[in-house]
Amino acid sequence: MSAYLQLDRLTKRYADQRAADAVSLEIDKGEMIVLLGPSGCGKTTTLRMIAGFVEATEGDIRLEGTSITQLPPHRREMGMVFQNYALFPHLTVAGNVAFGLEMRSMARAERSARVAEMLALVKLDRFADRLPRQLSGGQQQRVAIARALAIHPKVLLLDEPLSNLDAELRQDVAREIRLMQQASRLTTIMVTHDQQEAMAMADRLVVMRDGRVQQVGRQEDLYERPANAFVARFIGNSNLLTGTLDAGRRFCAEGRAAIDLAGLYAASGPATLAIRPERIVLSAATDGALAVGTVLLSSYMGAMVEHVVQLDAATQIIARAPSSGVAATTRFAAGARVGLTWPASCENLFDAADAPVPQMQKQLTSPDERITSHA
Amino acid sequence: MRDARGLGEIAGSAAVWLLVVLACLAIFLPLVLTFYLSVFNEQMIVFPPHGYTLSWYGQIAGKFGAAIWSSLKIALVAVALSLLVGIPAGIGLSRYRFRGREALSTFLLSPLTIPGIAIGLGIYVLAVWIEERTEIVLAGSMRLLILAHVLITMPWVIRLCLASLSNHERTTEEAAASLGANPLMVVWRVTLPAMRPGIVAAALFAFIISFENLEINLFLVSPGVSTLPVAVLQYLGYHIDPLVAAVAVAQIVVVGAALMLLNRFVRLSQVLS
Repeated sequence: MSAYLQLDRLTKRYADQRAADAVSLEIDKGEMIVLLGPSGCGKTTTLRMIAGFVEATEGDIRLEGTSITQLPPHRREMGMVFQNYALFPHLTVAGNVAFGLEMRSMARAERSARVAEMLALVKLDRFADRLPRQLSGGQQQRVAIARALAIHPKVLLLDEPLSNLDAELRQDVAREIRLMQQASRLTTIMVTHDQQEAMAMADRLVVMRDGRVQQVGRQEDLYERPANAFVARFIGNSNLLTGTLDAGRRFCAEGRAAIDLAGLYAASGPATLAIRPERIVLSAATDGALAVGTVLLSSYMGAMVEHVVQLDAATQIIARAPSSGVAATTRFAAGARVGLTWPASCENLFDAADAPVPQMQKQLTSPDERITSHA
Repeated sequence: MRDARGLGEIAGSAAVWLLVVLACLAIFLPLVLTFYLSVFNEQMIVFPPHGYTLSWYGQIAGKFGAAIWSSLKIALVAVALSLLVGIPAGIGLSRYRFRGREALSTFLLSPLTIPGIAIGLGIYVLAVWIEERTEIVLAGSMRLLILAHVLITMPWVIRLCLASLSNHERTTEEAAASLGANPLMVVWRVTLPAMRPGIVAAALFAFIISFENLEINLFLVSPGVSTLPVAVLQYLGYHIDPLVAAVAVAQIVVVGAALMLLNRFVRLSQVLS
């Protein structure tokens, strides 16, 4: 069975630059996909190729098994919400929402019913006769969503839909869009540079860099098993240490700090170690700890307590833990000697080519036992 | 100290007011004088007049009716043609970045920089030259006159269209396309409405420029046909009476009304900046 929407080695070259490089992706019907990456990573170019505004240099886009690569935008039946909303300034809210229906020559009665339904959906029924410039940013954005949804698109494309909204509004709107998308089971592709937003809204995420897909997967996959150091850093800010993997279970950081790894690896040589700040447990006991360091900074952030621990002159590790509850951490004063432990399942190593180094199945000690023994 | 600064400020604002008054005098005095002359009850312009009359206005239609009518026809056709060419040119120049775009833009706007008298003479010489070689009679034909008017009105249309598109959000066109509008529909439903103030302004400017043109008409009007500025000039060659002043006042009123109408549609400063 082939996917609902399929990107097949989609490539866009500008002169000698590859804005998107062999992007392949299979999207199921009703799925919400978020393209995520720093600016210039090719996520917007990819979205615009799907919408038809940018012509693909190579590759194919297939919708329900049929290639749409050669189809002009107005025949693709994709609803798009633009970053700046792109409302028609000379048309009222209702006129904006009705536009796509007029293009489909929908009968007047049916059209006004659909417009009313859409405006009710985004809670703007009372604003039907206003002009876009008489609305707030959040309201304009809802008009843009209603306008895109009114045509019952085959795919909904969202280009940084939240970036022009106030910070407080952003999370609410993100949830609203997600609920609406789930209720209508509408296949949706969103582009964002904000990983919080992406984590909150996606069924699956696509992390991109320099025009290339770095990793595709669910939040858990990306968070727990990043495909490379870039993904580890971009999703959830890992501690990244460069150094050397020695005899499969010791890691020597560049600043000479020695770390006992929680997992066992069948490799050695230059490597990058990635550990999530939330997965590190600090304890006063240094015996049996994976690494030992000195607390440099201890900050109470409300829900979390953050410790910056110095392992050696060049190596610092950030550890974050809840300030209360069963997993609450002790607060250590600056200067305290602490032991650091973490479960093997939360430890990721990447070799010199930035590929993950697999852990060997049998571990000498269960990492969870280690933690409880030091707690 | 404080008094000195106070005095300086007073002197400064007095100077500003003086300049404003002088400027207003320079602008309005000729207008007022023209109106004053147009109501003299004299056959020759004699000062002071023996009496006042509005009868000169009654004679406008009889003496200049035909000329006004042909000026009007030429202007309307020239406006229509220059919009027909200028609007698509404006859209194309603002939308696409292509080789020679700057050159084309400069070329299309260049009639603005050439004196009207040079354009008139140039076209006349060209028409005669073509006529000598091909025996196609161009000089003196209405079609050539209208084309010449398009030449001087079109740069204004293009300029105003470009100005009205400078703040235009191109993504609205993409939005329309994604909603199912084909490229022509995008222009009709999104681009043209965005240009509306510029197009209205362009039409009125083009009309005024064509209607008031003298230099090109001097060379290109056909025998027996006359436009208003030419007719006025010819009339002045033989008569010095208040009728010409009355014509001038009538024309000022018409153009002024057009500009006020225009200002209702668009704020002129917005389009011209």
